[in-house]
Amino acid sequence: MSLLRDFTAKPVKHNPVFVLALGLCPTLAVTTTVRNGVAMAAASTAVLVCANVLVSLLRRWVPNQIRIACYIVIIAGFVTMVEIVMKAVAPPAVNEALGIFVPLIVVNCMILGRAEAFASRHGPVPSLMDGLGIGAGFLLALLAISLVREVVGAGTLWGYRLTPITAGGVTLLPKVEPVTVLGMAPGAFLVIGLLFALFRWIGNRRREAARAAAEPAVPQVASDFPKKNHRGEGGEGGGD
Amino acid sequence: MDVGYAELAIGSILISNLVLAKFLGLCPFFGVSRRTSDAVGMGLAVIFVMSIASAVTALLYRHLLLPTSPEHTNLLGALGLPVPEGGYVLVLKTISYILVIAVLVQFVEMVLRKTVPSLYRALGIYLPLITTNCAVMGMALLNTEAWRDPAGGLPVHLATFNGFCGGVGFLVAMLLMSGIRERLAERPVPKAFRDLPIAFISGGLMALAFMGFANLFGISV
Repeated sequence: MSLLRDFTAKPVKHNPVFVLALGLCPTLAVTTTVRNGVAMAAASTAVLVCANVLVSLLRRWVPNQIRIACYIVIIAGFVTMVEIVMKAVAPPAVNEALGIFVPLIVVNCMILGRAEAFASRHGPVPSLMDGLGIGAGFLLALLAISLVREVVGAGTLWGYRLTPITAGGVTLLPKVEPVTVLGMAPGAFLVIGLLFALFRWIGNRRREAARAAAEPAVPQVASDFPKKNHRGEGGEGGGD
Repeated sequence: MDVGYAELAIGSILISNLVLAKFLGLCPFFGVSRRTSDAVGMGLAVIFVMSIASAVTALLYRHLLLPTSPEHTNLLGALGLPVPEGGYVLVLKTISYILVIAVLVQFVEMVLRKTVPSLYRALGIYLPLITTNCAVMGMALLNTEAWRDPAGGLPVHLATFNGFCGGVGFLVAMLLMSGIRERLAERPVPKAFRDLPIAFISGGLMALAFMGFANLFGISV
């Protein structure tokens, strides 16, 4: 159960981009298309999971004073492997778009941060789940940003041009005029800023709604029953 | 391949600014730009480390990673050690660069503390953060692989100068951003936009303004 929690809570509650604001450089640089975003998330997650597991396995033998240097070497080793695999597997267009951001995974503070904050204190299996969970959160964030930037900025999805769809006189998908600036550098900043604010607004509203629901219940009903009920609901919500 | 100092300076500071056009060094750009004094300290520390790191990685690339060619010799090959056909570029570049930068940052910190304590007091707290600053590593990679001539990269003196200019570009972006954020802190920003989201949007508008420098003096980078 706790292993599952190591995985499930992380994509949303500890989202590396929108909650912790880590790993911003690749997030903004490669999200021009969904395909690039997915490739970047896959490469980063592979490094994150492998580094987490190895750091966790070695945690008893790494001297405390030089631990950061050791983590960096471990991460750099896996980044080199991923680099070579990407050169062989990924389409040339994706490789060109990711460019120096594949070797730059080595300085992604998200990966070093997880090695230091989680993997160095937990066993290999929880570290594996932590890597997968944080990686999934990174993927979600990149998907959200690249979806907006590709669909609105270029009028394509996964490289395919979006054509207007009309069924029985009803327009299901209107004609999209590309807003080119979203595909360029300023668009990346604007999209992530707006999405960041949107997620915060949703979070604030949910917190306020929870507080508003909790407050009148306490003075009105003196018995123990509704409080227990409320606590039970909270527990289930956290588990989901 | 003939690149002049002026072309590099205008290119790195204005046209393809590290932060606003190349998306490098965003963590300090948003993390350390709440106060102008912090932003200037971080910017100066980055200029310092990036110049040295660019020089060292350019030397490393030409004389240890690349195979011997008419323009440069591989030192390992000169010593009679085996060098594979493509050199060690693919296997060792990432690892050697990050190690060089990490060691360099530690070294600079120690030297500054012993020799120039006043400068150390001003920059000291920013130095450890620079190891994981992707701008330094990114600059080293850009100097050695993405600059027009993919085989040789920039020569060492130009790489050093380009590193310095990249750092100046970073300082300019940090200074502008911190000025904007100091003012924003006193404005009634909607709750959901406070701090980071509005900083991203300000960064976007700055990037939009910097796009106006594209093709300045006919320089394309």
